[in-house]
Amino acid sequence: MTLAESQPSALNFECETGNYHTFCPISCVAWLYQKIEDSFFLVIGTKTCGYFLQNAMGVMIFAEPRYAMAELEEGDISAQLNDYAELKRLCDQIKRDRNPSVIVWIGTCTTEIIKMDLEGLAPRLESEIGIPIVVARANGLDYAFTQGEDTVLAAMAGRCPTKAPEAETAQAKEDRSGIQKLLNFGRKKEEIQQEASEYAEHPPLVLFGSLPDPVVTNLTLELKKQGIKIDGWLPAKRFTELPVLEEGYYVSGVNPFLSRTASTLMRRRKCKLIGAPFPIGPDGTRAWIEKICSVFNIEPQGLAEREAQIWESMEDYVKLVRGKSAFFMGDNLLEISLARFLIRCGMTVPEIGIPYMDKRYQAAELAFLEKTCQEMNVPLPTIVEKPDNYNQLQRIYDLKPDLVITGMAHANPLEARGINTKWSVEFTFAQIHGFTNARDILELVTRPLRRNNSLKDLGWDKLVREEAQV
Amino acid sequence: MKLAYWMYAGPAHIGTLRVATSFKNVHAIMHAPLGDDYFNVMRSMLSRERDFTPVTTSVVDRNVLARGSQEKVVDNIVRKDQEEHPDLIVLTPTCTSSILQEDLHNFVERAQLESQGDVLLADVNHYRYNELQAADRTLQQIVQYYIAKARKRDELPAGKTEQPSVNILGISTLGFHNNHDCTELKRLMQDLGIAVNLVIPEDASVYELKNLPKAWFNLVPYRELGLPTATYLQAEFGTPYVEITPMGVVETARCIRAIQKTLNEQGAEVNYESYIDEQTRFVSQAAWFSRSIDCQNLTGKKAVVFGDNTHAAAMTKILSREMGIRVVLAGTYCKYDSDWFREQVSDYCDEVLISEDNAEIANAIARLEPAAIFGTQMERHVGKRLDIPCGVIASPIHIQNFPVGYKPFLGYEGANQMVDLIYNSFTLGMEDHLLEIFGGHDTKEVITKDMSANSDLNWNKEANSELNKVPGFVRGKVKRNTEKFARERGFSEITLEVMYAAKEAVGA
Repeated sequence: MTLAESQPSALNFECETGNYHTFCPISCVAWLYQKIEDSFFLVIGTKTCGYFLQNAMGVMIFAEPRYAMAELEEGDISAQLNDYAELKRLCDQIKRDRNPSVIVWIGTCTTEIIKMDLEGLAPRLESEIGIPIVVARANGLDYAFTQGEDTVLAAMAGRCPTKAPEAETAQAKEDRSGIQKLLNFGRKKEEIQQEASEYAEHPPLVLFGSLPDPVVTNLTLELKKQGIKIDGWLPAKRFTELPVLEEGYYVSGVNPFLSRTASTLMRRRKCKLIGAPFPIGPDGTRAWIEKICSVFNIEPQGLAEREAQIWESMEDYVKLVRGKSAFFMGDNLLEISLARFLIRCGMTVPEIGIPYMDKRYQAAELAFLEKTCQEMNVPLPTIVEKPDNYNQLQRIYDLKPDLVITGMAHANPLEARGINTKWSVEFTFAQIHGFTNARDILELVTRPLRRNNSLKDLGWDKLVREEAQV
Repeated sequence: MKLAYWMYAGPAHIGTLRVATSFKNVHAIMHAPLGDDYFNVMRSMLSRERDFTPVTTSVVDRNVLARGSQEKVVDNIVRKDQEEHPDLIVLTPTCTSSILQEDLHNFVERAQLESQGDVLLADVNHYRYNELQAADRTLQQIVQYYIAKARKRDELPAGKTEQPSVNILGISTLGFHNNHDCTELKRLMQDLGIAVNLVIPEDASVYELKNLPKAWFNLVPYRELGLPTATYLQAEFGTPYVEITPMGVVETARCIRAIQKTLNEQGAEVNYESYIDEQTRFVSQAAWFSRSIDCQNLTGKKAVVFGDNTHAAAMTKILSREMGIRVVLAGTYCKYDSDWFREQVSDYCDEVLISEDNAEIANAIARLEPAAIFGTQMERHVGKRLDIPCGVIASPIHIQNFPVGYKPFLGYEGANQMVDLIYNSFTLGMEDHLLEIFGGHDTKEVITKDMSANSDLNWNKEANSELNKVPGFVRGKVKRNTEKFARERGFSEITLEVMYAAKEAVGA
């Protein structure tokens, strides 16, 4: 209580009914199978799960993806069929057809309810077929959308090697991470050793969170400029390249929805977590680097100029949003970081809906949000956990925000009522991390504003009949 | 367990939701975990709905798992009843709720006590029925409920309408070209002097359902949705029904003659023969097309047809009977109704395939090497891979199969549309083939706008491989902008750093 009293301006947290629209967390297979190139994702669920994936992934489905459904039938539900035998049959087939380096089982609502012991079955089957089986329970009973990745990475954290194998030299260790390999491509050993001196002395650092390879390269270079070396990345491009995690290693998250992974790394792998704002937006990226530097006692170089330069290059976009308001309905857990960035851009954010709020894992980001609001002199937003979409719509009608960031279920109906919307899922698939990609966030945010600007004189912004007042 | 990558028909609750949300002012409440409300996205995206999809979820979470839904479902129903005043709330079970085995009937009864509107539980077993069967059952269930209700209140209208009239059963949201088909059918009925009594479920109010018995007959255009409702109405009120899909010139004529017979049996004394003749020979272009030399060139060409029962059967007949195309394989994913399909098409094709396994169909196509495929979005992609053109004739479909322009598949205009679809698929295939023989339109190398043609800029290995990761359609632009940037700053080599700097500076 004393804590709350000493901080009168603290953010306002609320919690509603949890009746909101979001993607099922099994959707994480869509980007993880692409990220981890030698994996195969097997979603053990029903037709409902399959139908969702098929529709959510659109054209990806036709590109022979490395994922499939183990579709449960009535015999599986009523235990007339043996789970182990069934899974063995399917995994044998996958091994035969695709020969992956890892099979990830995604547990769903149904496997939870019928209490299928996936964690128990996996080790037995793993030794029998000779392929690692990682179990992640990414179900809609417990999690929302991007939290699916969190459950997969938390499970993968258990598979990271504890120590580099004895025979492995420092050289080989460096080769572990794809980016090092890329950077060292074609260079001689002496050159590499010389290059090692470009880095400051600091304990090993492993970053966690799945990002597209170009973003990984970008953030790696960004830290390299400060003399910080990334020893590995969870996940790596291949399952066989998972980073070494020894006790005492430092870890840092790049996305706000990775709280289970963070606690697994701390508790199970005895790593030290660097809690920082997330590298989303130039402000976030700078704060993220500064925090890592401060932990390693490194004086950051040239960050202020770098940030200012990015802001300057985005001025044309910032101009479009300055003074406007944004309402986050909440569905992917990126909301706090994005809102903080938009407030820095000069927007006001009356409400940040969010599926789940881990105040410890996001502590630095929340503090940064509060600080940003004070510096920009805008009211603190209300953070609504487990929002109720119906109530939110009523608030949207009252507040008339300039932009609503929402899921596709509400986007078209809101547009038809003259309210600008941005489809929230795009933020999870676009490249939004680091200095370089800051402009891409604004590209997304301003798109509805730019489009509707060009239509605004046509007089057809409201495209539904006025509802009769009873 | 079954290893599956793709499914043709969705899970049962999708069918129930399609029927429920087609009605006006009906709300569906799903008993489901978070994320199962994907139907809302589909409806809002695919059919570009302006209104909020009237579906909400009574969320099944850990608490529900531990203690049961208790008041939650009832509260959600009553709350929705107060918020939106729907005429009917349909409680929709999902795969998750079916294994929880909660007494949803009981919830419905309790919620009914406190609700102004009606409350129904969709009676559908998730592990036995698919989307299509569930839609069929739900439609019948709702009709039956409102007939019974009207009867109890003695509100059922007596007798038929004065003039011949029809109910059109089975037009629903997210149905393949359903809204265009509906317009075309209404137009056809008008031409025939038949009043449309009611169209269900699309845009109908549940309060109008009691008027269903007033129609002289029911028309069921699609095999998959409406037949049980029609047989129920026949058993209950003796209303005859016509279940011939008016797709293609011959079948449209057959459908109209069946209507004629039905009406004449009830004393209407209509004769549609001259209408059929006029439409067939002079108004519609399909019959003339069959005779034209364009169509002659298609004679004996091989085609594969796959889809739902209605569309695959009709398409097979059109290709074979009306155009002289050889259908080497006709197939359906409606396994539960496969006898009907066999009976419909066996005279018109070499081989019948009944399967829900997309790989089996893909393999059959690869083996048969047809000149064109008529199938679903899945077959379109198979065609892409094998370089065979494909016309999409059935669900599952994507957003491009919800055209804004008028594109019915039924009736005489539908027959015209089919001609275009079929002819375009085949000519494209031919053109491709000829191009291949003659080595393409333009064998000279394309002169690009790429500045790097005479560039002395050197991309180092890392930057080059990074560039290759940029999606193809913007790669050229990224390359140009990066080089422009490098030139302006006097860099001779492009490294990763230069690339990112360029991106930051010019948004390359």
